[in-house]
Amino acid sequence: MTSSLINKVFKSSRKENRPTLLTYTVAGDNTKKKSLEILKSISNYADICELGFPHNTPIADGGQIQTSAYRAIKNGIKINDVFSIAKDFKKSKENKPIILMGYYNMIFQYNENKFLEKCKKVKIDGLIVVDLPYPENKKLSVKCKKKGINFIQLVSPTTSRLRLKKIIKDSHDMIYYISMLSTTGGKLKVSSKKIMGRYNKIKNQNKSKNVVIGFGITKKTIKSLKKADGLVVGSAICKEISRSIEKRQNIVKNVTNIVKGLKKEII
Amino acid sequence: MKLRKKIPLIDQHDKHGFWGGKFGGSFIPETLKKPVEDLTIEFQKLRKDKRFIKKRDFYFKNYIGSPTSFIKLENLTNHLGGAQIWAKVVSEANGGAHKIYNATVHALICKAMGKKYIVGDTGAGYAGKMLSMAAKKFGLKCKIFMGAKDIKRQKPNCDAMRKNGAEIIPVFSGSQTLVDAVSECMRYWVSNCDNTHMCVGSTVGPNIFVKICGWSTAQISRELKEQLKSKFKNIPNKIKLINCVGGGSSAYGFWSEFIDYDKKQIELIGVEAGGPKKSSLHAAPLSRGAKLGILHGAAAYCCQDNEGQIKETESISAGLDYPSVSPIHCFLKDTKRARYTYATDEDALNAYQLVTKLEDLNPSLEPCHAFAETIKIAPKLSKDTIIIVNSCGDAKKDQDILKQRLGKK
Repeated sequence: MTSSLINKVFKSSRKENRPTLLTYTVAGDNTKKKSLEILKSISNYADICELGFPHNTPIADGGQIQTSAYRAIKNGIKINDVFSIAKDFKKSKENKPIILMGYYNMIFQYNENKFLEKCKKVKIDGLIVVDLPYPENKKLSVKCKKKGINFIQLVSPTTSRLRLKKIIKDSHDMIYYISMLSTTGGKLKVSSKKIMGRYNKIKNQNKSKNVVIGFGITKKTIKSLKKADGLVVGSAICKEISRSIEKRQNIVKNVTNIVKGLKKEII
Repeated sequence: MKLRKKIPLIDQHDKHGFWGGKFGGSFIPETLKKPVEDLTIEFQKLRKDKRFIKKRDFYFKNYIGSPTSFIKLENLTNHLGGAQIWAKVVSEANGGAHKIYNATVHALICKAMGKKYIVGDTGAGYAGKMLSMAAKKFGLKCKIFMGAKDIKRQKPNCDAMRKNGAEIIPVFSGSQTLVDAVSECMRYWVSNCDNTHMCVGSTVGPNIFVKICGWSTAQISRELKEQLKSKFKNIPNKIKLINCVGGGSSAYGFWSEFIDYDKKQIELIGVEAGGPKKSSLHAAPLSRGAKLGILHGAAAYCCQDNEGQIKETESISAGLDYPSVSPIHCFLKDTKRARYTYATDEDALNAYQLVTKLEDLNPSLEPCHAFAETIKIAPKLSKDTIIIVNSCGDAKKDQDILKQRLGKK
C-alpha cells in the first residue's frame, strides 16, 4: 500500500516541510447537502478529510461531536447517505483522501463485508473504528488491506510498549495517536512537549509510518505540535458548525475560515 | 453453543471474552485497553486470594447483612391456589437491594488497586446509592452518573446518594436514562482512568465488568442453596426461579448456583420490562426478539434500528429501562437454559397491589415484573411446585410513581 493516496499526501506535505492537516466532520451535519458543501470547501485547506458516520451512543466522543452526531441523526442521515456524500466528494476531489470514522455496531449491522465492498466502490481511502481495538480488529484490518483501504490503528498514552510494538507491526500507512486521556474535544491537559515526546517514541519505532496526533487540537495548540506528521482537528470544527447555526450565519464560510486559520498556523 | 458444567458461567468465555462465541467481548476505545487489562489481572488475583475472600465475606455478613431471608408467601400462595410461592427477600440487604453486593466488591477492588476515586452509573438509583454507601464506608470519593429523567423519577435514592457525600452528575444527552448514564460514565473513565476506578452497575459492559458483577451477586444463590437444603432437607424436584431482568445482575446472582441443574428440576425464568401496554417501546431485548448488537463494550441482544442506532426504551421501572442486556443472559437464552418473557407496566403495578395487599412485603417495581409472571403461571401449577421470586429491591424509591399511578403511598 506504499502507493496509497494517503501516503502520497503525507509525502507531499513533508516536502513542503509542514504537517498534514486532517479535519473531522460528521456526515449529515447539519444536513446531507450542507455537510457535502462543507467537506468540499474545507478540503481546499485540509489535506485529508475524516468523515464520521454518526452514532447515537458515541462512548468516546465529547460534547461537540455528540451534538453534531445527534443533529445529523435527527435530520435523518442514514449509512447510505454517508456513502453518497463520500462518493460525491470523491467525484470532485479525487486526490483528497477520505477516511470514514465511526463505531463498530453500525458496520456490524450493515454487514462487515458489504460495508467494505461499499467503501471500495465509493473510493474510501481509510477506516477508523473507535471501539474495535487491537487485536480484536485484526481480521477487519486484513480485510481492509485486501480491498486497498487503509485501516487506521489508534494508540493512546495508556498503550503499553509491548502493545505499541505489535500495533505498529500490524498497522497500515497511518497511525492515530490520541494526545491525552480524554474524549474528543477535551482541553489539552498535557504539555505539547510531553505529547511530542510520546509521539517521537512511536515514530521512531518505524519511520515509514505516518503518525498523526488528535484530540484537544485547536487553533491555540496546533502550532506547538507542528513537528508531527499530521494533526487532526474535529471538535473545534463541530463547535463552529453549532455556533454558526445558533447565530444563523453562513456555516460553510465560517467553518472554512476556521480550517484556513488552522492551516495558516502550521505552514 | 453449549453450557459447561462445574464452571461458573462468568468464566465460560473464550480468550477474547465471548460467551458462546458471540456474546460479550470488550469493544472499548484504545485508551481503556490498559485500565481494563489492569483490572482483569487484579480481579484474577484477588478472587484467588484467601484474605480478600475473607474480607469480602466479612463485609457481606457484617455490612450487607447476609444472609437475607427466604420466606414462604402463604397468603399469596392460598390466593392463587396453585404452586407454592416463596420469596428470597434480597431487599433486606443494606441499602434495600442486591446492588450493594457489586458496589461493595468494586469498592474493595478500588482500594486494593490504590485508587481514591470511584465512579458509577445508575438507572433506578440503587446502583448509585449503594456505590455511594460503599464509597463512604471505604473512604473513597464518588461520582454517580444518572440520566436527568431518572433523577426526577427516583428522588429518594438521589437524596440518599447526596447524603452519602457522592456527587450526582446529571446526564442530559439522548433519552436521559440509564443508557446515557452508562455512556457518560464510560466517557468520564476514558478521561480519568489513571486515578479513577469505574463500577458498572450491572452484568453489562466490557467482559471484566460482567464477571465482577456476576461474581458479587452470586452470593444470593449461595445463600438460597443453603436455605433450600435447610427448609426442604434436599433441593426440591420442581422449582422455578423467577427474576426480573434489566441488565441481569440480580437474575444471574439468583441463578448461578443452579445453572448446572436440569431445567426440568429447576427452571430459570427471566422477566423483562414490556413497557406500557399500548406503547411500542419496551426494554425487553431477549423476549421481544431484538438483534445482536454492540453497546457499551459488549455484544448482546439489543433494542436498535436496522442501522445500529440504539432505540429508545420505555418502562415504569427505571432499573429495567435499558436497551441491551447481559451477554450471559443471551448465552442462557440461546442455550435454552433459561426462559425469558416480559411483563408490562400495568402487569407490574397490578402485581405490586396484590402482593402488598396480601403480604408483609414491599417489592419495588423491578421485582414486581417477576411477581407479575408468578401471578400469571402459579394457578396453573401443581401444589408441589416451588416458585421462588427474587424480591431484589424495596419500593421505597418508587413512592412518587406509585402515588401518581395508584393514588396512594
